[in-house]
Amino acid sequence: MRPSRARPRRLSPRDTEGLRLTTDALPVHVEGVSKIYGRTAAVRNVSLDLMPGKFYVLRGENGAGKSTLLRMIAGLSEPTEGEIQIFGSKPHDAREHMGYMAHAPLLYDEFSGMENLEFFAGLYGIESRAMLTEAMIRVGLKPELTRRVGQYSQGMRQRLSLARAVFHAPQLLLLDEPFSNVDPDSATEIAHLLAAMRNEGKTILLVTHQLGLLSKMADEFLFLSAGALVNREAVPQGGA
Amino acid sequence: MSQSLIKLTAEQVGKDLRLEWRSRDVLNSMLFFALLVVVIFSFAFSPTLEESRRMAGGLVWTAFLFSTVMALNQSWARELRNGVLDAYRVSPAPPEALFFGKCIGNYLLVLLLECLMAPLFMVFYNLTSVGPYWQLAVVFLLGTWALVVNGTFFAAMSIRTRNRELMLPLLLLPISIPAVVAMVTGTTLILTGESSPLTQIKFLGGYCVIFTTACYLLFETVLNAE
Repeated sequence: MRPSRARPRRLSPRDTEGLRLTTDALPVHVEGVSKIYGRTAAVRNVSLDLMPGKFYVLRGENGAGKSTLLRMIAGLSEPTEGEIQIFGSKPHDAREHMGYMAHAPLLYDEFSGMENLEFFAGLYGIESRAMLTEAMIRVGLKPELTRRVGQYSQGMRQRLSLARAVFHAPQLLLLDEPFSNVDPDSATEIAHLLAAMRNEGKTILLVTHQLGLLSKMADEFLFLSAGALVNREAVPQGGA
Repeated sequence: MSQSLIKLTAEQVGKDLRLEWRSRDVLNSMLFFALLVVVIFSFAFSPTLEESRRMAGGLVWTAFLFSTVMALNQSWARELRNGVLDAYRVSPAPPEALFFGKCIGNYLLVLLLECLMAPLFMVFYNLTSVGPYWQLAVVFLLGTWALVVNGTFFAAMSIRTRNRELMLPLLLLPISIPAVVAMVTGTTLILTGESSPLTQIKFLGGYCVIFTTACYLLFETVLNAE
């Protein structure tokens, strides 16, 4: 039973602490967004609202513009046209409340897992080691592991990358292919972990080709083709 | 500077120095290059003491300038590997902390190189300074900062270009010419004791202030450029 699926969960004052947002601000509001590189439109006039506490899966063929759209929502790329709001603010102003995981692990190979998390925690002003330990345990990694990330397997890197994206307890998670290079068992574990986060009220937008895993966990599938949002398909409630 | 900016800058410097300590990518390549310049020019010219004093300024700064370019390329390449720069950009940390952290980290590494190479220059070129050594230290501290602050900025600018190893010297060297001239002239004046290097020191001081301010103000734009 997931109450958040029946009715979108409102953000509590604690969730929104430090954010300049209105009480009914959506986690993601995309309006008429396009991204044009030279003569090529990577994303074309996409409008999209994501509700709190929902798990969205963004689908589409290679080159459909999924990663570009995700990068724009994360504030890493500016739209050529249109507007993006995260909890009622510009993506740049809501970075504290966003977790982003990309194709690349976004980690230093020369540091251990905990050293990586400690450095990134500093960027968020977090000094509690307990939060980092919890994040590592949650993704199935041992916090005391002293091995450098350069010696990690691909699966371990993906897990640590997820820990880096979630250690600061963001309300919005943007994940680009989190299951790539991960063995099936680990992928299932990560999918369950994401579903648990959704149940805690976090909004998740995930790009993946591995739909089998998520067909019962996601709330809605978004289909992108040639840069345009062509379809939205809600998963019938009670499917999980 | 706010408290958090200073703290984040210090964390950035600490991170860069720890990464360098573990990989030694930057220091090894800088040392090897500077050593090559010292040895090759020493054998090629076999200068007398007076000739050494006249040419050492140009020689020393040529070696350090190109070594610095190598260091700067490596230091940003590390941020591109695994896309770590994106993790910084999605965080709420101010871009200025990254800029000053990189500048100070690179500055310390180049100063370390200079400290290691200075005795070798003295030995290979049989150098002694006629002017006071403290003036030499001031010229080196200011000159190195002038190179590093501009270099860090332009390295960030060229980081996403296809030929970044080529782009950095193309962007950095023309804008550094006034500073390089002041460094070389100042160093030569101190070594030969011909006259006071005060004009060059003042010029370098002004150059550092102007370019540090300009790079600081423009860095966020450069970091977020696509």
